[in-house]
Amino acid sequence: MASSPLAHGAHHHPALAHQFDTMEQQKESSTLGMWLFLVTEIMFFGGLFLTYVVYRSRFPAAFLLASNSLNVLLGGINTAVLIGSSLTMALAIWAAQVNWRKGIVIFLLATIGLGSTFLVIKGFEYHDKFVEHHVPGPNFNFVEENPNVHIRQIAARDPNLGRHASIFFSLYFIMTGLHATHMVIGIAVLIVMVVLSWKGKYDARYYNPLEMTGLYWHFVDIVWIFLFPLLYLLGAHAAR
Amino acid sequence: MNPQLPLFPESASALSGEVDLLFSIWCVISVFFSALIAGLILYFMTRYRRRHPEDVGANERAAIWLEVGWSVIPLAIMLAMFAWGTRVFFRIYRPPKDAVQFSAIGKQWMWKVQHPGGQREINTLHVPVNQPIRVTLASEDVIHSFYIPAFRVKQDAVPGRETSIWFQATKPGTYHLFCAEYCGTEHSRMIGWVIVMEPQDYENWLAGGATGKSMVASGAELFQSLACVTCHRAGNAGDTGRVARGPALEGLYNRQVKLADGRTIIADDNYIRESILTPTAKIVAGWEPVMPTFQGQVSEEQLTELIAYIRSLGPAGSAPAGGGQP
Amino acid sequence: MNTSAAATPEPTTAETAFERPNYLNAVYGVRSWLLTRDHKRIAILYLISVTIFFALGSLMAALVRLELLTPEGDLMGPDTYNRVFTMHGIIMVFFFLIPAIPAVLGNFLVPLMIGAKDLAMPKLNLASWYVYNIGAAFTLWAIFNGGVDTGWTFYTPFSTNYSNTYVVSTALGIFITGFSTIFTGLNFIVTIHRMRAPGLTWFRLPLFIWSTYATSLIVVLGTPVIAITLLLVGAERLLHLGVFDPKLGGDPVLFQHLFWFYSHPAVYIMILPAMGVISELVAAFARKRVFGYKFVAFASVGIAVLGFLVWGHHMFVAGESVYAATIFSVLSMLVAVPSAIKVFNWTATLYEGSISYETPMLYALGFIGLFTIGGLTGVMLATLGIDVHVHDTYFIVAHFHYIMVGGTIMAYLGGLHYWWPKISGKLYPNFLSRLSALLVFVGFNLTFAPQFVLGYLGMPRRYWSYPPEFQVLNVLSTAGASILGVGYMLPLFYFIWSMRYGRKSGDNPWGAVGLEWDTTSPPPTENFYTMPVVTQGPYEYNREEVHNRLTQEAPLG
Repeated sequence: MASSPLAHGAHHHPALAHQFDTMEQQKESSTLGMWLFLVTEIMFFGGLFLTYVVYRSRFPAAFLLASNSLNVLLGGINTAVLIGSSLTMALAIWAAQVNWRKGIVIFLLATIGLGSTFLVIKGFEYHDKFVEHHVPGPNFNFVEENPNVHIRQIAARDPNLGRHASIFFSLYFIMTGLHATHMVIGIAVLIVMVVLSWKGKYDARYYNPLEMTGLYWHFVDIVWIFLFPLLYLLGAHAAR
Repeated sequence: MNPQLPLFPESASALSGEVDLLFSIWCVISVFFSALIAGLILYFMTRYRRRHPEDVGANERAAIWLEVGWSVIPLAIMLAMFAWGTRVFFRIYRPPKDAVQFSAIGKQWMWKVQHPGGQREINTLHVPVNQPIRVTLASEDVIHSFYIPAFRVKQDAVPGRETSIWFQATKPGTYHLFCAEYCGTEHSRMIGWVIVMEPQDYENWLAGGATGKSMVASGAELFQSLACVTCHRAGNAGDTGRVARGPALEGLYNRQVKLADGRTIIADDNYIRESILTPTAKIVAGWEPVMPTFQGQVSEEQLTELIAYIRSLGPAGSAPAGGGQP
Repeated sequence: MNTSAAATPEPTTAETAFERPNYLNAVYGVRSWLLTRDHKRIAILYLISVTIFFALGSLMAALVRLELLTPEGDLMGPDTYNRVFTMHGIIMVFFFLIPAIPAVLGNFLVPLMIGAKDLAMPKLNLASWYVYNIGAAFTLWAIFNGGVDTGWTFYTPFSTNYSNTYVVSTALGIFITGFSTIFTGLNFIVTIHRMRAPGLTWFRLPLFIWSTYATSLIVVLGTPVIAITLLLVGAERLLHLGVFDPKLGGDPVLFQHLFWFYSHPAVYIMILPAMGVISELVAAFARKRVFGYKFVAFASVGIAVLGFLVWGHHMFVAGESVYAATIFSVLSMLVAVPSAIKVFNWTATLYEGSISYETPMLYALGFIGLFTIGGLTGVMLATLGIDVHVHDTYFIVAHFHYIMVGGTIMAYLGGLHYWWPKISGKLYPNFLSRLSALLVFVGFNLTFAPQFVLGYLGMPRRYWSYPPEFQVLNVLSTAGASILGVGYMLPLFYFIWSMRYGRKSGDNPWGAVGLEWDTTSPPPTENFYTMPVVTQGPYEYNREEVHNRLTQEAPLG
C-alpha cells in the first residue's frame, strides 16, 4: 500500500513514474506485471506442448525416428549456450547491485553474444533440415530418400510413417521457431538495456528494468530446457 | 411441424417423446424462475420506488440461510435434470444390438446413403418404421453433421474417423434431414428427407429401386479380392499346409482383444478401420506385425463395406491355429 | 481524512467544475489525444474504436436478417452470406464484446474507483489501444478484400484446407488484438493489487472492481491459447502442416478442444464485466448496499475458475466420448450456480431499497430478466439429452444472444448512461434515453425469442436458405432486429449531441456513493484533488451523504 511521499522527504527518484507514490510500489507493480506476462507465455507455449503430447502419444514410432534425425550435438551445445547466457544475465544484475556500470554492459553484451550464437547454430540446424528435405511442405521427403535403411524398412509396413514424421517436424519448426522469435525479441530488449546501462541509468538503487529483462530471458531459457529433451532426446536412453 | 403444437417438430422416434418431456420440464422450471424474478423485480420496483429525491434504501444484514438456500436449491434441480438428461443421452448413444446397419457419407455438399442391402440414395433415407436403425457416418472432406429433427438425433461426421447415430422411427411420414455443421458454400442445401414407411411399403421400395449388392456381400468380395483371406483364416496346417498369419476374424466384432503392448481394447468399428489402414498401430498379442496397409487402396465406401462384412462374421466353429488370440 | 500531497493544484473558489481544468480541457490537439497516457482519454479512444466496430458488426447482422426474411437465398449468394455471418461473429466477439466494458468503462473507472492517479502501466495502456487498432486493420483489410467464410469458430479442416477466403489475415488480426486484451488484463491485475488507496481493503472494493479482476484473470490465462490455436491454423494453411489435417494423421477435433478451451472462458470475459456494471447500477439506483456482497464477489472469481473447466460442452456431438460429455455436462451445471447467486442477490438488493427509474436502472433491470432467461437456456443446453437435438440450431444462437446482447450490451449501455456525466460532465435527454432503453428491450426480445422456437423446430444455424415453414418466425425476428437497430442508434446521436448541447450534470447527478463520485465530473487529469483515504465499505448510503452529494460540488480538499 502507498505511504505518504512526504515521509521520505521531497526528493523523488528521477525514474519514479507519476502514477506511483514510491519506488517500492513501482518496483512491486512492474515485477507483478512481468510475472503475469510470463504466465501468459506459459499458456501460449502450453498449447503447443499439449499438441505435441497428443501426437507423440499417437505416433510414438514416427516421433522417435524423426527425433533421432535431429543433431543432438548441436542441440546440446545450444542448451549449454543458453544456460550460459542466463548466467551472464544474472551477472549483469549482480553488477548493477554492486554499482559496477561497466560490468552491467559487459555482461549484457555477453548475454547478447551467447543468445546470438544460439540463433546462428539454430540457423545451421534449420539449413540441415532444409537440405535433408525434412521441412514439411511440397519438398518433404522423410522416407523415400532417407539414407537410413531402417526407416525405409519400417515405412514399408507403416505407410503413414512419412506423414506422421511430418507432424513431428511441423511441431519442431513451430516450437523452435516460436522460441527463436522470443529470443530475437529478447535480444532487441537487451540491446536497449545495453544503451541505457552505458548511459548510467541503472545502479544499486534502481535496476528493476534489468531484473525484468532477466526474468524474461530466464523464461525463454526454461522453455528451451523443456523443448530440448522433448524434441531431440526421444529414445536416446534406449538401446535399439 | 407437430400439428398439435407448432412449437415442436414432429415426434417420430422412440426417444423423441422423452427428449420433448425433458425439454418441457426445463421450460416449466425456467418459466417459474423467470416469472419469480420478474415478479419480484416488478413488485419491488413499485413498492419501493423512490418517493423523495434524497431517500435511501434500508441496509439489511446478510442472510446466510438465504444465500445457501438459493444456491443449493437451483443446484439440486440442475443435478436432477443433469441425471435425467444423461440417461437419455446414453440411450441416444447406445444402439440396440439388433439395429440394422446403414451408412451415410457426407461430402460437400451431399449425403451418400447406403442401405444394408446395397441400395444407394443421395440426400434421402428410406427406412422401415419401428425398426432400430444404426447409421454409421463418415466424411470425405470437412466436418458435417447428420441431423434429423423429428427423431431428435444429431451426430457430427468427422473426416478421419467413423461415428454413428441410431434411431427407431415410430411414425410413417417424411421428415427433414439437415446438415448441421457449417461446411461451406452449399451447407444450407445439404439437406434431404427421411422417409419412414410401413414394412411392406419399404420392401416394395427396396424391390423396385436400384438394387445392388448388400454392403456385406460387397465387403465379402473385397475380403477375397484384396487377399485378406490369405492371412485371416481359421485354417489349420492341414488344409493348405500353411498356418494362419493373422488372427481369424469370426466373432471378432465387439470382442475384447489383447494387444502385444499389454493393452486390452474392444474391436469396434474404429479398431477395424484402423487395422486396415494402419495395421501396425495395434498389434494383437501373439501375432507378428506383418499385415500390409491398405491406405490408399480402399475408398471410404469400401472401408464401410469391409467393416460391415467383418461385423457380420459370427463366431467360428474352430479355433485358429498358431496359438494366438483373435 | 489524511491529506497527502495534493494531486492537482486547487482552483479558486470562483471556478465551476466545468471551467476547472479537467482531463478533457487540460490540453488540446489531436496529438495530445493520440499520445495520451491518461487512462480516461484512452478509454474514450477505445469508445470510438469499439463503436465503429459495433456499427460494422451491426451492419452485418442487418444483412443476415434481411436475407433471412425469405426462405430462398435471394438477397445475396451463399458465399457472400457465409462471409457476412462470419464477419458478424468475428467483429462482434473479438472487436466489440470482449474489449467494450473492460477497455471503455474499466479503463475509465478502475483508477477512479480505487483512488489511484492512473493505471499501473499507462504507456502499456496506450500501446494496448494501438495494438487493438493494428489487429483491427488486418481484419478490416481481410473484410474489404472479401472477408472470411469459416464461421467465427474456424473449424478445421474447412478453415485450413478448404476455404478460399482470407483466413490467415483475419486470424492474424485476431491474434494481434488478443495482445491488446492481454495488456489491459495485466494492467488491471497489477493496478488492483498494488494501487488501492489507503484503507481500501479487498472487501471494501466496489463489485465492478471484483468483476474486472476476475475477468482479467481469465484474459491472462485464456487468451494465449486462442493465440497459439490461430497460429497453428495459419501455419497449416500457409505451410501445409498436418496438425489438424486428417489426411496427414492430424485431428480436427483437437482444434475444437484448443479453440473452445479459450472461447468458453471468453464468454465469461464478456459477461463478468457486465455483471460488475449491474452491481454498481443496482446499488446506485436502489441507494443501498448490494445484498450478499461477499457472495457476489466470490461468485465472480468462482465463475472465472469454473469457466475453464467446461469447454467440452460445445462438443457433445462432435466426437468426444460419452464419459467426457457427462463430466462437462455436470461441470456446466456447476458454473451456473454463481451466476444464479448474483441474480438472486441483485433482486434482493431491491428489497427495501429506494428505487428510481432512471435510464441506467432500466437497462440494469432489463439485464437481470434477460440474463436469467439466457442463463436458464444455458443449463438446458448443458443437459445432454436436449443438446443433441438443439446443438448447431437457432436455439444456440438465441441462447448466446440473450447473454451477449440481452446481457452484455444492455449492461454496457446502462454503464455508459450511468457514468456519462462522470465522463463528459453532461446530461443526455431523459425521454429519449428511456425510449431507447424500451426500444432495445422490446426489439431484442422480438428478435431472439422466436429463434428459440426456430431452434427447437430444427432450423440449423448458418443457413442461407431454409424450408418455408420457418419463415414466419424469421420474419418476426427480422422485425425485432429493425426495432433493436433504432434503439441502438439513438444513444449514438444523443450522446454526441449532449457533449455540445447537454445540460451540465454537476459532479454527482445521481447522488451516488463511490470513490469515482468523490471527484469532479469530468475529473481532473490526475483524478483527485486530494487523494482519498478509505474508511468504510463501498455502498454506504444515508440521507446526509446523498444530500451532500446532490447539492454540493465535489470536495476540493
